[in-house]
Amino acid sequence: MARIVAGVACSHIPAIGAAWDNGKADEPYWRPVFDGFEYSKKWIAKFKPDVLIVVYNDHASAFSLEIVPTFAIGCAAEFPIADEGWGPRPVPKVIGHPELASHIVQSTVLDEFDITIVNKMEVDHGLTVPLSLMFGRREAWPCPVVPLCVNVVVYPVPTGHRCYMLGRAIRKAVESFDLDLRVVIFGTGGMSHQLQGPRAGLINREFDTRFLDNLTRDPQSLTRIPHIEYLRETGSEGIEMVMWLIMRGALDDDVREAYRFYHVPASNTALGHIILENAS
Amino acid sequence: MALPKEYDDLPGTFVFDADQARRGYHLNMFCMSLMTAGNRAAFKAGERAYLDKWPMSEEQKQAVLKRDWNGMLELGGNIYFTAKLAATDGLSFQQIAAMMTGSTQAEYAKMMLNGGRPVEGNRSKSEWKK
Repeated sequence: MARIVAGVACSHIPAIGAAWDNGKADEPYWRPVFDGFEYSKKWIAKFKPDVLIVVYNDHASAFSLEIVPTFAIGCAAEFPIADEGWGPRPVPKVIGHPELASHIVQSTVLDEFDITIVNKMEVDHGLTVPLSLMFGRREAWPCPVVPLCVNVVVYPVPTGHRCYMLGRAIRKAVESFDLDLRVVIFGTGGMSHQLQGPRAGLINREFDTRFLDNLTRDPQSLTRIPHIEYLRETGSEGIEMVMWLIMRGALDDDVREAYRFYHVPASNTALGHIILENAS
Repeated sequence: MALPKEYDDLPGTFVFDADQARRGYHLNMFCMSLMTAGNRAAFKAGERAYLDKWPMSEEQKQAVLKRDWNGMLELGGNIYFTAKLAATDGLSFQQIAAMMTGSTQAEYAKMMLNGGRPVEGNRSKSEWKK
């Protein structure tokens, strides 16, 4: 059977992709960001996942305002890289895992999650920046990816509790898949940041640190954070952290924190990153 | 009965809720059209004529022409959409963020290097009135 063996949380700041793509990774501003992922690159090379499930949000790339699915799973064989206004990132296209993806859709819908099926989709920095940070520069990504898009653009976004429960349902789905696969799940976005309006630039290190601490030891408490608290305490875009709870819900109750990295600033954002391994 | 909007109390923040999304639909769809190189060139070649192809309000069109980044958000724009207009202008997220806060790029970048805008004093509109 397939198993989810670990979870990775990671911000997906577009400026990181731009710095990487334009050869600025060695500049003093960016070097600490990329150095913060040196351990992670070694960790994932050793961990060798067969498939990744990447929870992220589309930033008005694949989904305009014509259709705004709350949860959508990419079931295509491959996902081209989106042009977000400055040309597509020069990274490999993302190869899907249509069998596992559609299996997860079937299983989670029967578990009462109303998932949107996406058979044609371009992927943006939300998905590709974490891949660049975790795998570095590649001719092709080392394994297929099941993209799971969460609406965090049009308010209200799904609740943290709903996200956590979806994680649980995804775990159950993966464990009923016939192939023997090692799956690692990524939760992306966050941490505290506000990109818009006169309050832009808000950062809340205390909230972020507590969130990282509780992600390991008391995720249930995080599922009870109301939307207004995310907006007020972590900035309007900090609410992306609900996506991390899908990742966490898919893991064991007991996890081991293998690595943590936190850095301010990456452009407008507090970059947070954590690797959690199932204790069992 | 309408759902309560507790977030109306947040200072300096435009929450892109269903009402804003409805108001800004065409403004955002215009921004979305800038995702292809051909459309970016057409827009650059004649901004007003390009905008007139979209059923946006005159107010929204003026906000775009003036690059009034906060104004666009107030009129229903969403930052991930208006960022495509910024990209068309060759501006980064950090550059438009600085503009929206009314600081220079250098001041804003320095604030971020110093740990960002603190949450203390920035939680509620009442704190901004003092």
